[in-house]
Amino acid sequence: MKLQIRNGRLVDPASKTDRQADLFIADGRVAGIGRAPAGFDDQATVGTIDASGCVVCPGLVDISARLREPGYEYKATLESEMAAAVAGGVTSLACPPDTDPPLDEPGLVEMLIHRSRHLEFAKVYPMGALTVKLEGQYITEMAELSDAGCIAFSQANTTIVDTQVLLRAMQYAATFDYPVWLSAQDRYLAHNGVAHDGEVAARLGLAGIPVAAETIALATLLQLARETGVRLHIRHLSSAAAVEMVAGARAAGIAVTCDVAAHHLHLCDHDIGYFNPHAHLTPPLRSQRDREALRTGLANGTINAVCSDHTPVDDDAKQVPFAEAEPGATGLELLLPLTLKWGTEMKLPLSDTLSRITSAPARLLGIPAGRLAVGDPADVCVFDPEAEFRVSRESLRSQGKNTPFLGQLLRGRSRYTLIDGVLAHDGSWN
Amino acid sequence: MNHANPQINKHGELQHLITIEGLPREVIEHILDAARPFTELAGEEEKKLPLLRGKSVFNLFFENSTRTRTTFEIAAKRLSADVINLNINTSSTAKGETLLDTVDNLAAMQADMFVVRHAASGAPYLIAQHLAATGRNHISVVNAGDGRHAHPTQALLDMYTIRHYKRSFHDLTVAVVGDLLHSRVARSQIHALSILGVPEIRAIGPRTLMPAGVERMGVRVFNDMREGLKGVDVVMMLRLQNERMQGALLPSPQEYFKNYGLTPEKLALAKPDAIVMHPGPMNRGVEIDSAVADGGQAVILPQVTFGIAVRMAVMNMLAGN
Repeated sequence: MKLQIRNGRLVDPASKTDRQADLFIADGRVAGIGRAPAGFDDQATVGTIDASGCVVCPGLVDISARLREPGYEYKATLESEMAAAVAGGVTSLACPPDTDPPLDEPGLVEMLIHRSRHLEFAKVYPMGALTVKLEGQYITEMAELSDAGCIAFSQANTTIVDTQVLLRAMQYAATFDYPVWLSAQDRYLAHNGVAHDGEVAARLGLAGIPVAAETIALATLLQLARETGVRLHIRHLSSAAAVEMVAGARAAGIAVTCDVAAHHLHLCDHDIGYFNPHAHLTPPLRSQRDREALRTGLANGTINAVCSDHTPVDDDAKQVPFAEAEPGATGLELLLPLTLKWGTEMKLPLSDTLSRITSAPARLLGIPAGRLAVGDPADVCVFDPEAEFRVSRESLRSQGKNTPFLGQLLRGRSRYTLIDGVLAHDGSWN
Repeated sequence: MNHANPQINKHGELQHLITIEGLPREVIEHILDAARPFTELAGEEEKKLPLLRGKSVFNLFFENSTRTRTTFEIAAKRLSADVINLNINTSSTAKGETLLDTVDNLAAMQADMFVVRHAASGAPYLIAQHLAATGRNHISVVNAGDGRHAHPTQALLDMYTIRHYKRSFHDLTVAVVGDLLHSRVARSQIHALSILGVPEIRAIGPRTLMPAGVERMGVRVFNDMREGLKGVDVVMMLRLQNERMQGALLPSPQEYFKNYGLTPEKLALAKPDAIVMHPGPMNRGVEIDSAVADGGQAVILPQVTFGIAVRMAVMNMLAGN
């Protein structure tokens, strides 16, 4: 099976490519760039995608997307969310282990991988639970989970309160060089909190989560990473102080990486407005100053990548008062437009912008994705950077319609998404 | 994003009363003016007016309250409305009908007005938005207290009381004392005082009971009650909930009383004609000394009387009269 993507602007951040060039695909892999390789002479046997006016880039890599299986099929299913992924140009995604039951047994992981492969959509890379049931007491069978396909170990949004357990979990993971992906939120300081502890929470009467909830937990994680030498990744930074601490830790030689969720690049606590439950997120949206620091930190490399932190939530769990609403927002289909919006506003070259959702996250996950060199899997996203679309319940493929961006006009919907050279999404009718 | 103030309709009229924040000064003054004739009813033989005849007012109390519910009930009955009281148990263990299901059911019973008390901040907004989204704009929502967010009718009756005793707002120093962190009353009072032009609003309390960033609401924070009371015209005490009295927020009611209880000795630091207010129910010997609560400067019982008149004015206004 041969395919050519003609007339597009090829942007491949990994090779710093940004030029008009055709992309040639054979047997699910990139066969040539610019000039047709051998075997593409007989046009009758070659499929063609016209990418005039479009950007052709590596399929997006999302390092945090909840697919809700097993256990939360009433919120979303693998079918619905993987269709959302390809509609958003995402071809590889890592899912946190906070399913029900959590991904703490090899059988669950094998089932998830089997189900996702069967669907022939985006490639799914599960993260295993670092502790049994995510309860922070007993470490999981990490080697077994790794054999089953887990690429890293995480507590999702939960915290290991017992620092003895945290130390041991990191030591054990470091023994096998497994990466550990943790959130920095002190359980006690965040207790009952639902919004950034600042002016907006004070005005609305919402229980606050102070910045210290993040920085104290982060300090603990960084110190133990130094002790154990574990490969530590901090999930979803939220504050200026945390960005500064990560930069400092890295300067001091601690091997730490981190990410930011796309929402936090554009929103702050003021966007809660009149108790908009869609702005109830974990970690909380913080002040404008924090948002600026996240945007700058992502631009200067302190923050390694952007993720969608995709969390489809059913309407019933959102149509309740703000504090009672389940936190999270749907995001797979907004990862590209929100990242492009950030890049445009920061006046970055397109290749730099796209690196945060392609090559950089692929490197964090250690997976063969996020780049388009000859021989690489042909996971491709083709999008028209000028085409606008309105975010609406109807335009979202995800079963979760919960996003604070409902009603907004954004740019950057995938027109074609290819996985291993096969067209997985065709949005050209839009 | 839902940034449009949902309590004001597209004609700029008050459709619901959910918060004081963002209300035009004229609207507040109009309510205070409208309440005045209703206070005079108290002395009349026949206390009922036919202004809300045929209307159904549902008191939806998802959180216990006898006093507020009763004053709303009296206010609605004096306007000749039919009043239905519903105390809805919302303990998280008793998982039952959702808030919006309850609202839908009651709306189907031809309600004209919901008076809502709920433990979660923002619940009345959710109800108002739901009514709007389902084409039932004719039903008004009155917030009778939501979480820590707002208690607008309490603040309005407080403003009525201040105006009654002090005549104007533009030269006053007003202190709000106690647990501001958990107080919906304090938030609404601060907004109302600031909209009505009070030049100095003070917040007095320990740091554990002050919301982060409260200064941005336009108040001067005093941790020392004696400092904060110096020269004030109005002292607005807040109730300290039992569950806050000991633990990590405060060591004991005794120590709280020593530092933040209003005693005659501390009150003497305020202006000689200062008035003392309290939204009730009072904890004597915790936030207020009996000598002050029963003393000549306290206007706590007139607050209750004015509260009925102010709530009548609010309901009457929302009914379009």
